[in-house]
Amino acid sequence: MSEENIKKFMFVNRKAPYGTIYALESLEVVLITAAFDQDVSLVFMDDGVYQLKKGQQTKGIECKNFSPAYRALEGYDIEKLYVEKESMEARGLSEEDLLVDVTVLGRAEMGELMNQQDVVLSF
Amino acid sequence: MLHIINKSPLTNNSLDSCLRVAKSGGDILLIEDAVYAATSGSALEGKILEAMGRLNIYVLQPDLEARGLADRIITGIAPVDYGGFVDLTANNSNCQSWL
Repeated sequence: MSEENIKKFMFVNRKAPYGTIYALESLEVVLITAAFDQDVSLVFMDDGVYQLKKGQQTKGIECKNFSPAYRALEGYDIEKLYVEKESMEARGLSEEDLLVDVTVLGRAEMGELMNQQDVVLSF
Repeated sequence: MLHIINKSPLTNNSLDSCLRVAKSGGDILLIEDAVYAATSGSALEGKILEAMGRLNIYVLQPDLEARGLADRIITGIAPVDYGGFVDLTANNSNCQSWL
């Protein structure tokens, strides 16, 4: 695909997994977008950080554990994953608690990255 | 009385409202996204510790496990399974689901 047809897409994930369908739906749309060779960034802030928590075991609630899919994103050339530092810290989490490698950004850097996007989709 | 909370405490005020009006000695059960309130190290741990002095706080273990937080439960909060959920409902004369 020629350079001018590539847009910068950002997916902003702000909801915890399982309690609502947002996290799973976002993941589905992200995977679809990957098929169109776009420049995709994923942001996890507020309760969205919980989507990346290691050790999710969903047998007891009889829901599909979709957290392994975040580790598969690399295979779809989606490698830009960002976590807002303030959100992570407010939840007592650190990078070691997350199941994928991410770039941790402060709120100012996050705002800057958001400004650079062509399309921002919120979940 | 049993109070049931199912919303994340950091993005919704259900838990705050419940703690504001719940009478001492009551039971609070955290389920679904409210289980995040039962985990140590978060910004609202102090508020939970304060509430534990006057209320009995329970958390639904399968929901904690689903979210990868079974090893982060605040000491003193009692984990319950689905059977325990039923017992809490049966042993209280009434209950309020804070939607």
